[in-house]
Amino acid sequence: MVDITPADAIPPAEVAEVELYHPHGWWTKYVFSQDAKVIAIQYSVTATAIGMVALVLSWLMRLQLGFPGTFDFITPEAYYQFITMHGMIMVIYLLTALFLGGFGNYLIPLMVGARDMVFPYVNMLSYWIYLLAVLVLVSSFFAPGGPTGAGWTLYPPQAIMTGTPGGQDWGIILMLVSLILFIIGFTMGGLNYVVTVLQGRTRGMTLMRLPLTVWGIFTATVMALLAFPALFVACVMMLFDRVLGTSFFMPAIVEMGEQLQRGGGSPILFQHLFWFFGHPEVYIVALPAFGIVSDLISTHARKNIFGYRMMVWAIIGIGALSFVVWAHHMYVSGMHPYFGFFFATTTLIIAIPTAIKVYNWVLTLWRGDIHLTIPMLFALAFIVTFVNGGLTGLFLGNVVVDVPLSDTMFVVAHFHMVMGVAPILVIFGAIYHWYPKVTGRMLNETLGQFHFWVTFLGAYLIFFPMHYLGLMGVPRRYNELTDMTVMTESAQHLNSFISIMAFIVGFAQIVFLFNLIWSIRHGREAGGNPWRATTLEWQTPQTPPAHGNFGKDLPIVYRWAYDYSVPGAKEDFIPQNVPGSFGLSKEPA
Amino acid sequence: MAIALVLVLIVVGSVLFHFLSPWWWTPIASNWDYIDNTIIITFWITGVVFAAVVLFMAYCVFRFRHREGNRAAYEPESKRLEWWLTVVTAAGVTALLVPGLFVWSRFINVPSDATEVEVVGQQWQWSYRLPGKDGKLGTSDTRDVTPENPLGVIASDPNGQDDVVVEAADLHLPVGKPVKMLLRSIDVLHDFYVPEFRAKMDMVPGSVTYFWFTPTKTGTFQVLCAELCGQGHPLMRGVVMVDTEQDYLAWLGEQQTFAELSAPQQTGSVDQTPRETTASGSKISARLETVEAR
Repeated sequence: MVDITPADAIPPAEVAEVELYHPHGWWTKYVFSQDAKVIAIQYSVTATAIGMVALVLSWLMRLQLGFPGTFDFITPEAYYQFITMHGMIMVIYLLTALFLGGFGNYLIPLMVGARDMVFPYVNMLSYWIYLLAVLVLVSSFFAPGGPTGAGWTLYPPQAIMTGTPGGQDWGIILMLVSLILFIIGFTMGGLNYVVTVLQGRTRGMTLMRLPLTVWGIFTATVMALLAFPALFVACVMMLFDRVLGTSFFMPAIVEMGEQLQRGGGSPILFQHLFWFFGHPEVYIVALPAFGIVSDLISTHARKNIFGYRMMVWAIIGIGALSFVVWAHHMYVSGMHPYFGFFFATTTLIIAIPTAIKVYNWVLTLWRGDIHLTIPMLFALAFIVTFVNGGLTGLFLGNVVVDVPLSDTMFVVAHFHMVMGVAPILVIFGAIYHWYPKVTGRMLNETLGQFHFWVTFLGAYLIFFPMHYLGLMGVPRRYNELTDMTVMTESAQHLNSFISIMAFIVGFAQIVFLFNLIWSIRHGREAGGNPWRATTLEWQTPQTPPAHGNFGKDLPIVYRWAYDYSVPGAKEDFIPQNVPGSFGLSKEPA
Repeated sequence: MAIALVLVLIVVGSVLFHFLSPWWWTPIASNWDYIDNTIIITFWITGVVFAAVVLFMAYCVFRFRHREGNRAAYEPESKRLEWWLTVVTAAGVTALLVPGLFVWSRFINVPSDATEVEVVGQQWQWSYRLPGKDGKLGTSDTRDVTPENPLGVIASDPNGQDDVVVEAADLHLPVGKPVKMLLRSIDVLHDFYVPEFRAKMDMVPGSVTYFWFTPTKTGTFQVLCAELCGQGHPLMRGVVMVDTEQDYLAWLGEQQTFAELSAPQQTGSVDQTPRETTASGSKISARLETVEAR
């Protein structure tokens, strides 16, 4: 028998421990910082920077599609490189990184009442590996042969063959290496977010008192930890195929009249691995947006979120179901057609919890006290675009309807509306909402109004009509839509219109960036809780919150996050850390 | 306030665009009007939901906008309403799914009287093979592909000898007869897509995929490749001509069989040989030029 005695050298929890991690110099405070808030800003700035590259790439594509034959420098190779890099950057390096690395890092510790993430050092590493992944990705623009042009789905065999830009050059290798790095970095951050939510909550913060923002980010992170490994192995296997000459994804192939020394591999295996990651990825982006928008609507409508418990279960249900729907991306891939029955059924079932969320958002507006602030405007715009994009998902998810529409512009319009425009509108709303906490100042309202209206209406005008091009049969991933029976002259005019709108919407983003920078110094002073919100991040002693977040004592939570307009209470909000029962709080238990 | 008006305008504008704009599907030329009907059902159900949600939002924003002294109601949940909405949604989803699955089972079950036609994709052209008098296609293997045997027909299989081989030329089909398209690729993924036929399926090297349809209109239809297959992807076009029985048989009579093509004296493949010796990069550009010239 060994006697186990607790070591009495362990310092008591709370304040003293935090002192150990306080940064002592400029480098550890602003660069190699272990403070989740600084890491969040680093993630956000990096993601925004690489996102600007993706924006410029989208302009170049729209130049080519809107005005074919006018811009000689956009060769077919270049066009395919643009679509590939645009897609990959937006989905992985911008949306995933910004929602989880950016908002996750900033909001999780503050909202659950923790001083920081539970593994601050690993959290710091997560960012630096992400930065390395971005740099490797960017380096492919300068590599011989340029970046890969395999499409963001990187389908083999073409991804590693001569007929695809970057296939036999550096492009595809750098892309795969960058993805592998990204996944390693993400895993470090992701474990942090999950453990912090589970273990780092302050006293009184039960799981069913968490703000929906945390629920969304938490569930998305769990999903990402389960889904990214599939992409990871797919990348490693393809890297082996490309570099070592293995044939995981390569059957016998005759390329340009020449027999390649390959055989036995399965291109469809890659698609299964890719979409086993790729479909949850849609919700990895969507769930944080769902959570954040719930809090924006509730705060700015001064009303509790309607059906909180149903909202939590819907998030969990969507997260679970999204692992059994992946092959709806593969209805016409040549997989066994009987799979269609299963995946169409699961896909349409997922519409039910998703619809419940939409109902609960609009029912939160019902009998609210709606303040039409910029975050609220973006939240409303999100609902419009998300409902629109979600409903077109019912076309593509319903296997036989997908047959004529798959690989057409309808798909492009659908996924841009639902996982491009809608989550990005939430990101904007969230930035207008939390910028005052991050900087202590409000963003400029006039510029914000301009940004909102141009972005919302412009994006709708880009992607709504685009569905109809797809319905006509116009295929996606064509750099030339000339000499095509389905591409009528009027459809080409529509295409030019879409391109012009894309430039206008892009320009509005530059105004937004200007606002972000300008308001750091010139914005109106915000105070600690400008929106009169209930959640803990607004109750910090300092704004911006200092390292350690809550000063000497951690807050204690007495109520759920949605005590707005409680009858009998003096104010129309009761912060989570305020004790006592006011009037008729009906927190769901 | 402006936002409430804009939300209404979005619904009205979207509905007007749907009904009034000139952009709608190309007239169908196959039996798959079942698919078109399913799309119409989906448009109606989703359209109603979209309009209802956005108009409800517009009403809320207008009616419950902040005014001095307003206070929101406090109503955390309503079990009844939430269940009721769940049930209605489930009913709507079922109304979409059931016809969809029904049509899908038609789509994947090929009628027994369908004629087989093989389509072979390669960067960046379409070739075809039709069964000869025996009504059977011979087996094939990508490893047997040579300049003289571009589709990789296995020479030792007697069923293949009378197969009609159409290399990089137009396909003709008789109107009104169901066809089962057997899809193969010898290099990368492709997808045989004729918008007027509504059906499509990827072609995967190493396997044979299929779809079936019955052409219902004579005429000339454009074939597009619908799966990214490298930089020549947008140039990978083809032509399907749907003929009357008579015209079809006349065309078929002019085609060569596999046996005829592989006879030693034939010259059809001579123009291909010089390309074999060039480096792979310039091979790509040579191939692109050939494709573009067509």
